[in-house]
Amino acid sequence: MNSPRDFGPEPSARPVAPLAAVNDFVVKFANVNGSGSASANELFAKSILRMGVPVSPRNIFPSNIQGLPTWYEVRVSEQGWLGRRGGVDLLVQMNPQTWEQDLAEIEPGGYLFYDSSRPIPLSSFRDDIGIIGMPITEICNRTYSDSRQRQLFKNIIYVGALAAMLGIEPAVIEKLFGEQYRGKEKLLDANVKALHLGYDWAKNQGAPCGLRVQRADRVGDRIFLEGNAAAALGCVYGGATVCAWYPITPSSSVAEAFQKYCQKYRVDPDSKKNRYAIVQAEDEIASIGMVVGAGWNGARAFTATSGPGVSLMTEFIGLAYFAEIPVTIIDVQRGGPSTGMPTRTQQADVLACAYASHGDTKHVLLFPEDPAECFEFAATALDLADRLQTPVFLMTDLDIGMNQRLCAPLAWDDSRRYDRGKVMTALELEAGTDFRRYHDVDGDGIPYRTYPGTHPKRGGFFTRGTTRDSGANYSEKGPDYIYNVQRLLKKFDTARGLVPQPLLRESAEKTRTGVLYYGSTSPAMVEAIEELEASGTLLDAMRLRAFPFPESVRQFVLSHDQVFVVEQNRDAQLRSLLVNELSLDPARLIPILHYDGTPITARFIVDAIGEQRRGPNVVPLKEHAA
Amino acid sequence: MTYHAKPKLHHPSLARNAVGLTRRDYEGKVSTLCAGCGHDSISAAIIQACWELDVKPHRVAKLSGIGCSSKTPDYFLRNAHGFNAVHGRMPSVLTGANLANRELLYLGVSGDGDSASIGIGQFVHSIRRGVNMVYIVENNGVYGLTKGQFSATADQGSTSKRGVVNADQPIDLVGLALQLGASYVARGFSGDKQQLVPLIKGAIHHRGAAFIDVISPCVAFNNHAGSTKSYEYVRQHNEAVNRLDVIPCRSEISVEYPEGSVVEVEQHDGSVLRLRKLAAGYDPTDRAAALNLVLAHDSRGEVATGLLFVDSAAHDLHQHLNTTEVPFNRLDAAVLCPGAAALQRINEGLR
Repeated sequence: MNSPRDFGPEPSARPVAPLAAVNDFVVKFANVNGSGSASANELFAKSILRMGVPVSPRNIFPSNIQGLPTWYEVRVSEQGWLGRRGGVDLLVQMNPQTWEQDLAEIEPGGYLFYDSSRPIPLSSFRDDIGIIGMPITEICNRTYSDSRQRQLFKNIIYVGALAAMLGIEPAVIEKLFGEQYRGKEKLLDANVKALHLGYDWAKNQGAPCGLRVQRADRVGDRIFLEGNAAAALGCVYGGATVCAWYPITPSSSVAEAFQKYCQKYRVDPDSKKNRYAIVQAEDEIASIGMVVGAGWNGARAFTATSGPGVSLMTEFIGLAYFAEIPVTIIDVQRGGPSTGMPTRTQQADVLACAYASHGDTKHVLLFPEDPAECFEFAATALDLADRLQTPVFLMTDLDIGMNQRLCAPLAWDDSRRYDRGKVMTALELEAGTDFRRYHDVDGDGIPYRTYPGTHPKRGGFFTRGTTRDSGANYSEKGPDYIYNVQRLLKKFDTARGLVPQPLLRESAEKTRTGVLYYGSTSPAMVEAIEELEASGTLLDAMRLRAFPFPESVRQFVLSHDQVFVVEQNRDAQLRSLLVNELSLDPARLIPILHYDGTPITARFIVDAIGEQRRGPNVVPLKEHAA
Repeated sequence: MTYHAKPKLHHPSLARNAVGLTRRDYEGKVSTLCAGCGHDSISAAIIQACWELDVKPHRVAKLSGIGCSSKTPDYFLRNAHGFNAVHGRMPSVLTGANLANRELLYLGVSGDGDSASIGIGQFVHSIRRGVNMVYIVENNGVYGLTKGQFSATADQGSTSKRGVVNADQPIDLVGLALQLGASYVARGFSGDKQQLVPLIKGAIHHRGAAFIDVISPCVAFNNHAGSTKSYEYVRQHNEAVNRLDVIPCRSEISVEYPEGSVVEVEQHDGSVLRLRKLAAGYDPTDRAAALNLVLAHDSRGEVATGLLFVDSAAHDLHQHLNTTEVPFNRLDAAVLCPGAAALQRINEGLR
């Protein structure tokens, strides 16, 4: 048996002081996918959360089922920073395949925890980090005879060792086991035993680590869930009855979560029949086609997809825009173009969705920042789609969708009613109310519709993708066409006031520099703003929550000399949309772009803004005035 | 096409059906198709079938894709909602519409280009899902609107109007539908309304995916010598394997038929399909036999028409999904939204 070393192969040669931190560090787990590590790693994160310390975990996984490297990164931050920090303070190295690249990421003075069952040449270590070797495989082989158990309990054993090293209370983890294995006492006991095997080992060895978890009270009533599950729940609450989808990473878990919640909340207690229908379609074209058909026929329907799916759906999206049919599309964005980086994150579908389909089209986009907004905006999207009779996109991404994120508890007001929009009823038709499907009665660009089957003689119309007059009769006359597309523009203008409005965070003092950001950039941005402020760079910040942009966005840009637009794509897509739609001077808008597939970090934003900022350090205007 | 508008007033002596409507009430706009187009005969057969079955026109949703055939829903059932979807994608739109409101009658009209070429995937999957619908393909083997290109149902060796020989194997939608589990499969000919009307009526009474392939000659681009979808060719090679009568509910057979020449199939709603003049020993409830029959006729260059297969015990998509009887589009927040208290409990489970 290798004896674990305290501090590296040559402790005396260690040139850097070991890191010491309480409730503020990053642990990265390097695993092999398919080894059962995911649930153990999640257990680790949740146990810290239960000690009242905010964590933000991120899965960094391959497009693969078994055998390839996968990572899980947990940022522990008592201050509550939920963005990815960058850098690693403690590496839990369970995958020799990625030894070298993972070790390189450890901050000087940081720590390596690894399975020392097999000897590793000294040259493979770094001399500026603390090294803690634990013969995990040996311990497992000694303790368990079953090969599956040997593998699975490895993970729990290292969680136990980490708990001892970092000061996580084993009772907290035991309680989590209790919740997970309620009624499965055998499993519960086995897991508790494995946990203590690791915990006791580390306690006895006195494995030294300067990183500590200490009980705090910084989590409050916040909840911890994935954006995809939250969006699915938003669709349940928002009244979606039809979900048509085609499996694609990273959106598949939206439909799966919808199924799970529907089985619980959408079965008629008397007849045991379902108040929902989920169809796994043959492709994304059929998925969106079913959503269009259901929306046309008055049921709330949605699909969940990612960039390649949106590409396939575009013809139907154009039809839904032009024929004015409510459609909700959840786009969990991943790295593009083409197959791109299926298991990495980006905000790279903004333009593709905003202008999806041929001809003159524009679509409503919502940008949730976290799971709580995924929930809220999913329900909002269903309302907006009905109100505006048009496709509405919920633009989330892999970072929000597939990682558990600490966020505000989900909220629902029981007095809220679904906004089904302008639907003419049989009574209204019977009373002789004028019905012309594409006529702008109210001056907001939104016409009235009828559901099929409403009235024997009135309200029937033919839905088509061809040009029509306001009475829905086929027409290729110029004036009919112009009336229709101008009305669609007016409707888009109406949308400006209906979508979630941007949120402004003004700097403590007046500044001529602003920043615009959206979606999953939010946690890193909030942290970066604070850091920049501390170093004297003052920023007014506006978080965009939807397209079309309200007038307040233009005013924000015009009232600053320099506005950074922070986004996670190569081509500054949102910036293009701002320039294009608000006729802004591109020189005012400085792109800050992060697009390597990993979630953007505060460090990146701080550095990038620091480099790009024009002129001298910001001088608050009031000093000029004085 | 004609430029004369259809009269809105009709002679009071026109016969009315049980819901008080005349045939005229089942018509639509004036057709813009070519004079003599087979598709117009199919529209007339749909009108006839719906009138005879006392279908309420506004309780029909008529959906189509793109092409000459897909224009036709504008030419019948003017009080029904229609939907001209994108090319080849009618089946998915129909499926979604059907999920939203199971109470309407879903009539999908498509063409051979729409269903066998660009839309074959959607044709295939809507059939295998058992969507409760009447799916009619108006099959002329040619693209009309784009002026005469072959479609995927054009027979190998048949020639285009310009004399080009088609080298590709044809897709037989009837054979495909049989393999995919369609529970009502028929083939008709637009030139034989006597046969076609009952086939449509039987499909309307059917629960599940009912598919009717109607050979419908294109007078502009595919009605010449060398075409196997011309009026002349089909008339010469049409072999009706049976004659169908659709009887809304079971009644005594009042006419004497020779032994073995009549088969009756009762559908889920009590309607009866009475099949006469059957090929010897042919069992229309035997899927494999139907497939054999179709293949045998194909190999002889003949067109087998009639009701080829029916499974009256079939389940539809709603049954597979165990959906509630109340149409989704009538459900409101009271039954769809779990409410704040449930959300509170969900929150508690996420800490």
